[in-house]
Amino acid sequence: MAEYAHPEVLVSTEWVAAHANDPKVRVAEVDVDTKAYDEAHVPGAIGWAWNTQLCDTVRRDILSQQQFEELMSASGVKPDTTLVIYGDNNNWFAAWALWQAKIYGHADVRLMNGGRKKWLAEGRDLSTDVPPVQRANYHAKPADLSLRAFLPQVQEASAHNSAAMVDVRSPQEFTGEILAPPGLPETCQRGGHVPGARNIPWGKACNDDGTFKSAEELRNLYGGEGIDGSRPVIAYCRIGERSSHTWFVLKYLLGFDKTTNYDGSWTEWGNLVGAPVERGAAAAARG
Amino acid sequence: MRAEEYQEQKFEVAGWPVNVSTYRLGTQWHAKADNVSPGAALCRTVGATREEAEQKAVARAGELLGRTRRHAV
Repeated sequence: MAEYAHPEVLVSTEWVAAHANDPKVRVAEVDVDTKAYDEAHVPGAIGWAWNTQLCDTVRRDILSQQQFEELMSASGVKPDTTLVIYGDNNNWFAAWALWQAKIYGHADVRLMNGGRKKWLAEGRDLSTDVPPVQRANYHAKPADLSLRAFLPQVQEASAHNSAAMVDVRSPQEFTGEILAPPGLPETCQRGGHVPGARNIPWGKACNDDGTFKSAEELRNLYGGEGIDGSRPVIAYCRIGERSSHTWFVLKYLLGFDKTTNYDGSWTEWGNLVGAPVERGAAAAARG
Repeated sequence: MRAEEYQEQKFEVAGWPVNVSTYRLGTQWHAKADNVSPGAALCRTVGATREEAEQKAVARAGELLGRTRRHAV
């Protein structure tokens, strides 16, 4: 992992197995819900559900600073805790949790490379026990919104090419053939993509075992589409969780510092009255 | 407890590719179906055998995938 720009944000399954009982380490499994966690999880890990614990459940938003502080406190996480996050789908929702932890300034937060899939495939120890947690008193930093893109920034990027946009959804979602991943509810009125975006599906950054590809492979993948870190990058998907995975890859594995996650994503843009939409294959590179 | 005999198998269900991972936890077999591209989890099932868990996952995935509309582009 040393070849990555910031290797300190990744740990291996071996590392987690060796540190699961370290009092300075808190391991959290994250998924859209806790069904997988309830089935079995890394011993000592707590479970977080994206849909109820990592989003504001009233308005569409990330957690407020107060909500984030409450989640960390209830999870026994202190500001100096090494927070290791993993999950299914090669860490989709885990990356979302890491993104929020970074927004609120948690100093040491890492992903377990390969996620739940690799842990299972390696036949490592599992538990169904929910570990006892000693409540902490967590104080977060004010939100660092330089990690997040909002609609006006995306509109500006689309209209004036002020940032590269990476649509990390599947090619069929990108072209507008389907409005949501197959089998999932449609959450938009129109299909297609933000004009000017390139389609680099999130999963291209992963190996078959769920781990991240090497830095050289990632540079070639994104560089081949003109994403080389020379200008700001905005990643988006449908609801912002897949794009948080790509945001992690670009910002921490490749070191493209000016990368943001547009969590409004296609659910916002594809429902927006008057928003321009491009359908079919991506337009030619704008340079 | 460990996941034993972890395996992934590809199917075509309702016209869509589906990846089903199966493994045994204790005496129960567990299956998870995802839609390959983009890889979203569709369902999780359990069964007394690998085949039973897998068949339940494929059946449920078929119900969900059958609702997916394709649009002309």
